[in-house]
Amino acid sequence: MTDETSQLLSDTAEKLFSDHVTKNCIIDAEKGTWPDELWSEVIANGFNLILVPEELGGVGGNWMNAGILFKASGRYQAPIPLAENIVASYILSLAGISQPQDSILTILNGAFVAEKDLLSGSSPRTPFASHSTHGVVLYKDGSDLKVGLIKIDKNDLKDSNNIALENRGHIELDKASLIENSKVDCDSNLVKKLGALMRSNQMSGALESILTQSVRYANERIQFGRPIGKFQAIQQDLAVLSTHVAASSVAADYACSSMDKGNPDFAIAVAKSRIDDAVSVGAGIAHQVHGAIGFTYEHGLHFATRRLWAWRAEYGSGSEWSKVLGEKAISNGADKFWPSITQGELDI
Amino acid sequence: MNIPFNFRLTDFPVEAETLRLEVREFLSSALVDVPKETRAETWYGADEGFSRKVGERGWIGLSWPTEYGGSGRSAMERYVVLEEMLTAGAPVGAHWIADRQSGPLIIRYGTPEQQEKILPGILRGETYFCIGMSEPDSGSDLAALRTKAEKKGDKYIVNGTKLWTSGAQRCQYMIALFRTSKEEDRHGGLSQFIVDLSLPGVTIRPIIDLAGRHHFNEVVFEDVEVPETMLVGKEGDGWNQVTAELALERSGPERYLSSYALLQELIKEFSERNDYEGVTEIGRQMAHLTTLRQMSVSVAGMLNDGENPALEASVVKDLGAVFEQDLPNIAHRLMDLEPDNQGNDFQKYLAILTQISPSFSLRGGTREILRGIIARGLGLR
Repeated sequence: MTDETSQLLSDTAEKLFSDHVTKNCIIDAEKGTWPDELWSEVIANGFNLILVPEELGGVGGNWMNAGILFKASGRYQAPIPLAENIVASYILSLAGISQPQDSILTILNGAFVAEKDLLSGSSPRTPFASHSTHGVVLYKDGSDLKVGLIKIDKNDLKDSNNIALENRGHIELDKASLIENSKVDCDSNLVKKLGALMRSNQMSGALESILTQSVRYANERIQFGRPIGKFQAIQQDLAVLSTHVAASSVAADYACSSMDKGNPDFAIAVAKSRIDDAVSVGAGIAHQVHGAIGFTYEHGLHFATRRLWAWRAEYGSGSEWSKVLGEKAISNGADKFWPSITQGELDI
Repeated sequence: MNIPFNFRLTDFPVEAETLRLEVREFLSSALVDVPKETRAETWYGADEGFSRKVGERGWIGLSWPTEYGGSGRSAMERYVVLEEMLTAGAPVGAHWIADRQSGPLIIRYGTPEQQEKILPGILRGETYFCIGMSEPDSGSDLAALRTKAEKKGDKYIVNGTKLWTSGAQRCQYMIALFRTSKEEDRHGGLSQFIVDLSLPGVTIRPIIDLAGRHHFNEVVFEDVEVPETMLVGKEGDGWNQVTAELALERSGPERYLSSYALLQELIKEFSERNDYEGVTEIGRQMAHLTTLRQMSVSVAGMLNDGENPALEASVVKDLGAVFEQDLPNIAHRLMDLEPDNQGNDFQKYLAILTQISPSFSLRGGTREILRGIIARGLGLR
C-alpha cells in the first residue's frame, strides 16, 4: 500500500467508527448485545481481511496498515473483535486456509494437541468467544506445527468477561473436530506475540482517546472562574500524559514495522512493556483531570481506561515482556546491549 | 482536538549503518586510555586531542553542506556518529556545541566572512563554542535577559553577565544573545553575536558544581568591543534565530543517553545474579530506551526533511530527562551498593551520575518550560 492508500484507510476507519461507535453502542455491547450494524460495516470495508493476500481474497496490506485499524478500534473503543479477526485471518492465510463465509473468528490461546485431526486442550479468556462462529488455533501434531479451524460449540464454552465487559470465554476442547488444518512454518509462540502486538496498538489508540478527552474537558470545565486547563498544574500533567501517548504510538508503530521486516520479537516486547508503563501513568492523569465526573459510569472516559487496564494484562503483561528483554540483555552481555538496540534484535 | 505530534518511524539508510561500523572500529582503539570518570560524563567530558581525531575523520560537520567544508551527508548519518560516540562514553564535550548548533547557525545566518573565518577550525575539531543565553536574572525566562550590546560606530559595546556557561574555559567563542534595543515586545530587540572570548573586558570565572567539577562559568563583559561584523543574522532577529536553534538542541541522542553507562554496568552486575526484579527492570529500561531512540531518530528525520519539529523535540527531551534521571535511582534500588568514586566501575558511575542527574532536567530548557511548550501544542495555552 502506498502512503496515499494508508491515508485513505485511516480516513475510512475514522469515519466508520465515529459514525457507528456511539456511546449507546458500547453500553449495549457491555450488556451482551452484538453490534451487528457496526460489524457489517467493518466487514463490508474488508477491514478484517487487511492482512490476507489478494490471491486468497484479502486486501493484501501490511502490518503498518493493520496498525492503523488496531489503533482506530482502540481510539473509539469499538466493542468488536476487529483486531482479533485481522490476526486470526492472517494466521489462517499463513496456512493457506480460506476463511468461511460470514464467519466471526476468535483466536484460541493455549496448549493444544491433535490426534487424527481431533483437537484437545483449553483456551482461557478467549476474546469474544461467545460471539464467534469459528476459532483459529495453532497446535502441535506430533512434531508438526499446524494451523487449525474449529467451529465454536457453545457446549465447550464457559462465558466470562474482562473488566471492560468485553466477552472472554473459556473454551475446553476434548477431541473436537478440525474443519480444516494445515502445516505451517512459523513461531510456535506466534499467537501470544501477535496478541501483544494488537493489544499494544489498541492501547496506543485508547491512550490517544483519553488525551483528547482530557484536553477537551480541561478546556471546558470552569473552576475558580476559568477553565481548569488554564492552571499550570493541569497543563503540566496533561503534557506528561501526552508524552506517554506519543511514546506509545511510536512503540506500537515500531512493532508493526518490525513485523513487516520479518524481525518482530524485540520490537513487540518493547511495545508491550513500554505501553504498559504509559497506561499506568496516563490513565491516572486522565482520571485526575476529569475529577469525580470521570469516575461515573455516565461519563465515557472509563470505556477507554477500563480497556487499557484489561489490555495491558492480556497476552503477557509489561513485566512479562520486560523479563524477556532483560534475560536476553543479560545473556547477550553488556558489550552487545547497544548493538541489540541498534539492530532491533533479541538474539545477537 | 487532534494529537499535535507528527512522529513517524524513520529508517537509517544503508550508508549510515556502514558508517556505524566505521565509528565502532575507530572508538575501539581511540578510547582505550579514557578513564571511566570521563566516559560516564559523555558529552560533558572533554578531550581536545580526541576532538581533533574526530575532526580528522570528517565526523564533525558531517551533515554540513560541502561548500562550507562539511561532508554533505545526511542528518541520519550524523545521528549514528553521535549515538555511537555517546554509548561508548567518548569525550566529545569540546566540539559538541560547535558541531551541534553554533556551526549550523553560522551556516544558516552567518556572513561569508564569518563562515570562512570560523567553520574550518570547527571542522578540524580545534575551534570550540559555548552558548551565552542564561543570565543571573534570566534563566527559564530567557527574554528577561539584560546584557546590552550598544552600537557605537562599527562596534557594539557589550556590558553584562552570562551565567551557567558550560565549557567557556576551553572555548574560543561564544554565541551570545544580547539586548540591542529596548522594545515594547520582550522578544524584539534581541540579537545574536559571535564573541571572541579573548577580547579585552571578557572575564571567565569558574563555578564549581555540587560534584566538585568545573563545567559552569560566569562570563562577565565590561565594555567589550565586539566588531559589528560579528553580528549573526539580523539585528533584532535573535529571538527567532534562537528558537530555531533549540530544536537542534533538544532532540538529539544526548537527551536520553546521559546515564547509558550505568545501564550497561547494571547488565554486567546482573550477569552474576539471578534476580527476577532486576532482570525485569533492566528489560523495562531497555523498552524505554528503545522507544526514546525511535522518537529521537524520528525528529532527526524531520530535521533532515527540512521540517520544524520543535514540539516533538520538547517531547523527546522531557521523556529523555525522566529516563536518564530514573536510572541512578533504579540502580541504587537494585544493587544496594554505595556510590563511591574509589569503588568498582559500577560504584564510580553511580557516584557521578547520581550527582549530576539533577542537571538533566535543567540544561537546555527546564522540565517545566518544556511541558509548558507541550501544553501550548495541546491547545491549553
